[in-house]
Amino acid sequence: MTPDVHPLTLLIASVFTNNILLSLFLGMCSFISISKDLKASNGLGMAVTLVLTITTLINWMVYHWVIVPFELDYLRYIVFIIVIAAIVQVLEMVIERVSPTLYRGLGIFLPLITVNCAIMGVSLFMQLRNYDLLQSAFFGAGSGLGWWLAIVLLAAIRQRIEKNPIPAGLKGAGITLITIGIIGMAFLGFAGMLKVQ
Amino acid sequence: MWTAPIIISAISAVLAFAIAIIDGIVNNYADVTISINEGQKTLSVKGGSPLLSSLATKGVFVPSACGGKGSCGACKVKVLSDIGPHLPTELPFMSPEEIKDNIRLSCQVKLKSDIRIRLPEELFSVRQLNCTVESLKDVTYDIKELRIRLPKNATIDFKAGQYLQLVIPPYQEIKESAQRAYSISSKPSDKNSLEFLIRLVPNGIATTYVHRELKEKQPISVIGPFGDFCLRDTDADMFCVAGGSGMAPIRSILLDMYEKKINHRTVWYFFGARSRRDLFYLNEFRELERLWPCFHFVPALSEPLPDDRWEGETGLITQVLDTYMKKNPDPSKSKEGYLCGSPGMINACVKVMIANGIPENEIYFDKFA
Repeated sequence: MTPDVHPLTLLIASVFTNNILLSLFLGMCSFISISKDLKASNGLGMAVTLVLTITTLINWMVYHWVIVPFELDYLRYIVFIIVIAAIVQVLEMVIERVSPTLYRGLGIFLPLITVNCAIMGVSLFMQLRNYDLLQSAFFGAGSGLGWWLAIVLLAAIRQRIEKNPIPAGLKGAGITLITIGIIGMAFLGFAGMLKVQ
Repeated sequence: MWTAPIIISAISAVLAFAIAIIDGIVNNYADVTISINEGQKTLSVKGGSPLLSSLATKGVFVPSACGGKGSCGACKVKVLSDIGPHLPTELPFMSPEEIKDNIRLSCQVKLKSDIRIRLPEELFSVRQLNCTVESLKDVTYDIKELRIRLPKNATIDFKAGQYLQLVIPPYQEIKESAQRAYSISSKPSDKNSLEFLIRLVPNGIATTYVHRELKEKQPISVIGPFGDFCLRDTDADMFCVAGGSGMAPIRSILLDMYEKKINHRTVWYFFGARSRRDLFYLNEFRELERLWPCFHFVPALSEPLPDDRWEGETGLITQVLDTYMKKNPDPSKSKEGYLCGSPGMINACVKVMIANGIPENEIYFDKFA
């Protein structure tokens, strides 16, 4: 049963009200480690958005055209992750050839996207919530944009508080997690705007 | 039941196939040229591989300890073309100056288009040669002349005065292979064999090996050539001072000069030794003096024994050098110093030479550490 949500609504919702990172806390490891650097965060956000959009689409096709007809629902986790790994691999090769500048900007973060749980999470939600192809595309792109927005916000804040006198016990990951929590609460303010689930 | 493995395999196969095809299209680089030292050497290689391995396929060996894994940071190369900023994998090995100079790790630089790089010239001829001992002779009680033969069909190009690293295999209590530098004492035109002068140093790993373990016809590996203790191409008169095994690079330089018929420079060679039993190659140098008029050979003993019946110069080599330089002052000609030996001897000789009008930057030396 496909939910009756306009794809555009879904896009906006996954950026603001249902931000994959700030409401579900998925994709935390690269979120925390990369957000030290605003420039790298921006590059990674872009790459995640790209990968999310493509993998959600392809996983939708694989799920509905292969897994469902053969009744292999229990294998979806494995299939999704194989697809994600393959897409990231292909993307890496293509970006390296087409845009060396972007490739260099993303550096090691590009292959690491494979193990970003936000990517896997979006594929699974797409399947759980029975989105159709178009909705999945917008859901994937929106989640990517949301992740991108969140990491850039966090990186910008971290840059500002870097020089502040932070209690020794909270330095590094501690204050970062607190910051993420506060951003998350701020995003709660969007919650009433849209209802998608 | 059977569908699961087949479907999983099929999906993986399709994806692998897609990756292979895209890889074939995307990574199909054209041939690229590597221009080394502004066109001194130009190599044409297939693009898409790292610089380090591409150079190696063409016989240019950039030193690398890890073999291109990016973990040793040894394979640094100066890149002259713009190939973009440093990769995160390169940065840990780079100092800020090196980043500014665009020094790169050649194992991390992927060749995509034509590239210009700079390499130390000596790298072109650096190789490992698996030689065999041709002869091993005592020239004095503690110095051996080691003559090694290159592998069949192999030749070596080196400049007179350069050195090689002798690879000493583990022996007896020495459990690890070691490398020690020795100057080549034979002339560069001799391309199939190499000679070294090796003095026995108590507890020296390499010297003990050569003196006690090494036998004729045994294999021995050398790596090189290295070094810049070479003849400077000027018209200046030359004052060479060396004693003992320090004679090696000087001998190579002198034999090379004689062979190239460099007759317009006056060449002095002061050979310092303690007593008669430390002298060697006397006949060879006297013969050279006879054949090559501009060459003067001055052996000197600092502590001649009564039995030596020594009629040549006596005294410390610095005193003899000083006497001769004062006796033959020719202010119209510039002079150069070439020294090889222990740091103490070199420092003393440099003082004498400066006092006799040789500019300090025209005194060249090879210090034995």
